[in-house]
Amino acid sequence: MLLQPLTTANLILLRWPLPADASAHGPALDHHLILNIWIAGALLGTVHLILLIGLLSRRRSTESRRGWIVEYVPLSFIIVLFAGLTIQAEILWASARYTGADAAALQVEVTGMQFAWYFRYPGADAAFGRTDAKLVAPGEGNPVGIDPADPRGADDFVTSELVLPVGRAIDLRLHAQDVIHGFAVPEMRLKQNAVPGETIHLHFTPTIAGTYAILCTQLCGSGHYRMQANLRVLPPGEFAAWLASRQSGAAR
Amino acid sequence: MTPNPQAPGFREKHCHPERSGAESKDLQFARAATDASPLKEESFLRRCVFSTDHRVIGRQYLVLALISVAIGTVLSLLMRLHLTWPEIGLPLHGPILPEDYLALVTFHGTLMIFYVLTTAPQSGFGNLILPSQIGARHMAFPRLNAAAFWLTAVALVTLLSATLAQGGGPISGWTAYPPLSAVASAGPGQGLGMDLWLASLGLFSIATTIASVNTLTTVIRCRCEGMTWERLPLTVWGWFTAALLSLLAFSVLLAALLLLFCDRHAGTSFFVPAGDIVGRTLHGGGNGSPLLWLHLFWFFGHPEVYIAILPGMGLTSMVLGNFARRRIFGYRIMIATTLLIGFLGILVWGHHMFVAGLNPFAGTAFSVSTMAIAIPAAAKVLSWLATIWRSRPEPKSAMLFALGFVSLFVTGGLTGPILAQPILDQYLHNTFFVVAHFHIIMAMAGVFGLFSATYYWFPQIAGTPLRPARLMSETLGRIHFWGTLAGAYATFLPMHITGLEGEPRHYAQLTGIPGQQAAHLLARTIPLQAPITFAAIFLAAAQLPFLLNLVVSLRNGRLAPPNPWNATTLEWAPEPSPDETIAVHRAPCDYRQRNNEATFLPQWVSDSSTE
Repeated sequence: MLLQPLTTANLILLRWPLPADASAHGPALDHHLILNIWIAGALLGTVHLILLIGLLSRRRSTESRRGWIVEYVPLSFIIVLFAGLTIQAEILWASARYTGADAAALQVEVTGMQFAWYFRYPGADAAFGRTDAKLVAPGEGNPVGIDPADPRGADDFVTSELVLPVGRAIDLRLHAQDVIHGFAVPEMRLKQNAVPGETIHLHFTPTIAGTYAILCTQLCGSGHYRMQANLRVLPPGEFAAWLASRQSGAAR
Repeated sequence: MTPNPQAPGFREKHCHPERSGAESKDLQFARAATDASPLKEESFLRRCVFSTDHRVIGRQYLVLALISVAIGTVLSLLMRLHLTWPEIGLPLHGPILPEDYLALVTFHGTLMIFYVLTTAPQSGFGNLILPSQIGARHMAFPRLNAAAFWLTAVALVTLLSATLAQGGGPISGWTAYPPLSAVASAGPGQGLGMDLWLASLGLFSIATTIASVNTLTTVIRCRCEGMTWERLPLTVWGWFTAALLSLLAFSVLLAALLLLFCDRHAGTSFFVPAGDIVGRTLHGGGNGSPLLWLHLFWFFGHPEVYIAILPGMGLTSMVLGNFARRRIFGYRIMIATTLLIGFLGILVWGHHMFVAGLNPFAGTAFSVSTMAIAIPAAAKVLSWLATIWRSRPEPKSAMLFALGFVSLFVTGGLTGPILAQPILDQYLHNTFFVVAHFHIIMAMAGVFGLFSATYYWFPQIAGTPLRPARLMSETLGRIHFWGTLAGAYATFLPMHITGLEGEPRHYAQLTGIPGQQAAHLLARTIPLQAPITFAAIFLAAAQLPFLLNLVVSLRNGRLAPPNPWNATTLEWAPEPSPDETIAVHRAPCDYRQRNNEATFLPQWVSDSSTE
């Protein structure tokens, strides 16, 4: 707690190139990223300083140089430093990826196709209906190919923007229909490829309401640069109202 | 020993790759071809075009790389111009469409990585210098050597012909991820253009595999008397390790290319899953996995970047030692770290796939193996710093570029560990931060290695049996160095910032984006686009003094003394007569202080002659 104001000041001062950060895991990621950049910058400066001093100083014979000071002491320092960074990074990675989402997480299916993102919500039964590639028909309002024969799919609904509540764990299941796409939400510090033939889960918790950009970050064809969607994060009450209106729409 | 006025190009040394066993037909032919007196009448075609002389082949590779780098640079400038001023069209072409931009990306990457950074350091300078540095008179397999070059040349023509294909050039980048690369309907250029791209790289893989077998055999079997492994110059260690990696990497790439070709034309489904719908056609074949391609490709792709940089590391070490007039600090550590970087380079391909759908535990494993490369890499930097510390080196152009290599290697290398942490890659993957990282460490450091090599070995490039050895202009060299160093940093450092702001790679434009929030996000990166483009134009313009220097110095450069840099390695030794046994007597870089005077003992000088 005592460190909190310091960390916040640090972030404001040093995070200028980074976009807003609106996810629960984001601040720790930012903090580690900025720490890494500072360490890289310091090492960069040190090496160049040594290089310049070494080049500009008078010539000196080197026959008596003691190797371990020059080589092994700095090398040990670098090993310890990078080992520390690695351990911290793996701890953050493990907490983000090693386990699946909370059982109570909101389920949304994300489908990438040239050049759009579609989002399917499971509806009141909290179960996704079966899909079939043969039934895919974006022009007829069935871009992900929901099979009408499966009753679980009857209340599923598909949107072109991702709407989520603040403060609830989200479990996304990523699909790609044609080629590999990259699902990226910079302001949520999220990136994960959607791969044809696979279902990849990604979980996170949005913390700040707002509208954010969803990009494609894996080269997917000529329209790659314009494959985008919006992520709208709503306060819980507004989200419940939005969900209710969409679900009644799907039920009709 | 008296200096020999003859050009280094005259040198003919005997290689004895077959110390035991029968001589192969190829070797017999090689001897017949190279033992002939250089004064013997040979047709121009035989001497300069279809030659089996390793020096001629080396020069041919360098010319091929120069053509490729010129095209690749122009393409990169077109990309920069389009990103900054998207409304500008091309004369004779019109506006640059998104698919044109992606074709530019694909050709730029393919040309630079394969036809410049693989050919020039490894095959170009490798052929030109390697045999004489180990005291061999020629490469082990001269005819295969020539065949590899001509295959590479055909591969380059095949690649360039893809620009004329219907639908244009391929748009899937140099990594060609399927299904985008596997299905012709996935985009313009993914039909014939993609087939030609595959054919080009298939030929290139075969040629490079042949060349690496040749390099390995030459280093293992053709070293002269006294040239123990520990006495090998670090350049040779660089070429040797890169050849080991090439052999592994390119054979895997060739297999992957063949599988992809079968997916496209033989109805197989290695990389395309069942139920895949591309351009309204449903893929009904077997159930393949696009991730298989990623594994195969990056198993090749990561060693490939070390293939590009290892010869530069070796050269930098030798040039620093030469101009600092010092033994290279920790010579055996340098050999060990070269091999270790090569070995670890095979174990890190998954760091390109942290967010590609890899098991998260695998992400951790690949992250640890990648971070481990920081250790041998840092050891190399420390050796370089210690070698030049208080050495007051002569600031010749070759030395300046070697120092530039160290600077860029450190700058680009330090962002490597950042990208090797999967949690950070979750934000930085496929942003311009990555573009900045690999352009500084691989492209810029790699090219600085090539420039250092060109200034250093120019007498070997220019001197042929018919022409004297010459040096390049130092004045033009210095202008070239400072311009290139400033241009490199000015172009690629700001890309780290746009990357941190979130600018993705492969975006054909940053304005006119349909998504409102995305447009807002990308707009933050626009103020830096014009400065980066101006810097890139400056960087390209800074190469003009180099081209001028090349042209002028080839004809009218200052005549080079036999050993212009007081070097200790064998490529600068006086011409041995055909029946003379070549032998080395010591490790390279034997610079010492004697009676307050700096002296040096080249590898070829025997102990008895110095007493």
